Amino acid sequence: MKHDIPAAVHVGQQHPISLYLKVWGYLFVLSALSYSVDYLHVQGIVRWTLIITFMLLKAGLILSIFMHLAWERLSLIYAILVPPLLLLVLVRIMTIEADYAWWTRAIFMGGGG
Amino acid sequence: MAQTIADRQDREIITPALREIASDWSADQEVFRHTHWGKAMMWIFLLSDTFIFSCFLTGYMTMRASAVLPWPNTAEVFALNIGGHDIPLILIAIMTFVLISSSGTMAMAVNFGYRRDRRKTAILMLLTALFGAAFVGMQAFEWTKLIEEGVRPWSNPMGAPQFGATFFMITGFHGLHVSCGVILLLIIASKVARGHYDRTGDYSAVEITGLYWHFVDLVWVFIFAFFYLW
Repeated sequence: MKHDIPAAVHVGQQHPISLYLKVWGYLFVLSALSYSVDYLHVQGIVRWTLIITFMLLKAGLILSIFMHLAWERLSLIYAILVPPLLLLVLVRIMTIEADYAWWTRAIFMGGGG
Repeated sequence: MAQTIADRQDREIITPALREIASDWSADQEVFRHTHWGKAMMWIFLLSDTFIFSCFLTGYMTMRASAVLPWPNTAEVFALNIGGHDIPLILIAIMTFVLISSSGTMAMAVNFGYRRDRRKTAILMLLTALFGAAFVGMQAFEWTKLIEEGVRPWSNPMGAPQFGATFFMITGFHGLHVSCGVILLLIIASKVARGHYDRTGDYSAVEITGLYWHFVDLVWVFIFAFFYLW
């Protein structure tokens, strides 16, 4: 693992087709599950947890198997996966901003903004 | 491995994986030399695209959290009347399944590309393009339906005007990506069919196209969760 150059450089990766069919099946099941969360009117914290869980599982399957990230070199994996973590800072900042905007509208614009 | 001579600190603290990264970035070489250049460039493009879509979704979060008017119920907005029943969100569910299927056929096309199977690769890529075109078609139908119901980027009869702005912006930009992907797929598929990559002996273009296409599917996973289901 450490010294060999990934075979992808020369001949490409060889995985059995059944692997892709299996992942395809998992993605179908996960999508059906996230759809049923809405269909069965699951609400509140359970709904959000389930949606996020299914979303992350699907994203993980697509990234690791379909996009072959599981077989790439670690340098490439980290170069791709680490920078987006910065977005969590943006999300946090914008949560504060949204909260502020909401209260401003509710108090000074009679909630009609 | 020469564990007997390995220095204790090296073995326990700096794992072999970390050493591999350190040597890739510091050993006076190109970091991604083990990766096909086109693939590395596509990944870097996709990373930048990740930031674009994340900014859209964060903007959507901000607008929705600060909207004082009620947010429309997406389950009802995107319901379809099939056989006399309103089935909630069914159009979006079908679109999701179509896009996942296109990802499945694309993954297999990449696999057959590396096996030098020209025919199967081209057919699977065309099938992927077909699924993609079907997705864009359904999105056009969805847009038409919402525009007829009076939803505009600046207003919305069902509640918060921010709904229209984020809906058209996010799904529009995603639809643009799918459309570009369909064009790219058709170009590369025709090159595969004409035997271009057999002559050069390098099928990487199929995998690079596949990376882009899977990314489009990946973005849809997040849009489906945050915009339609939340």
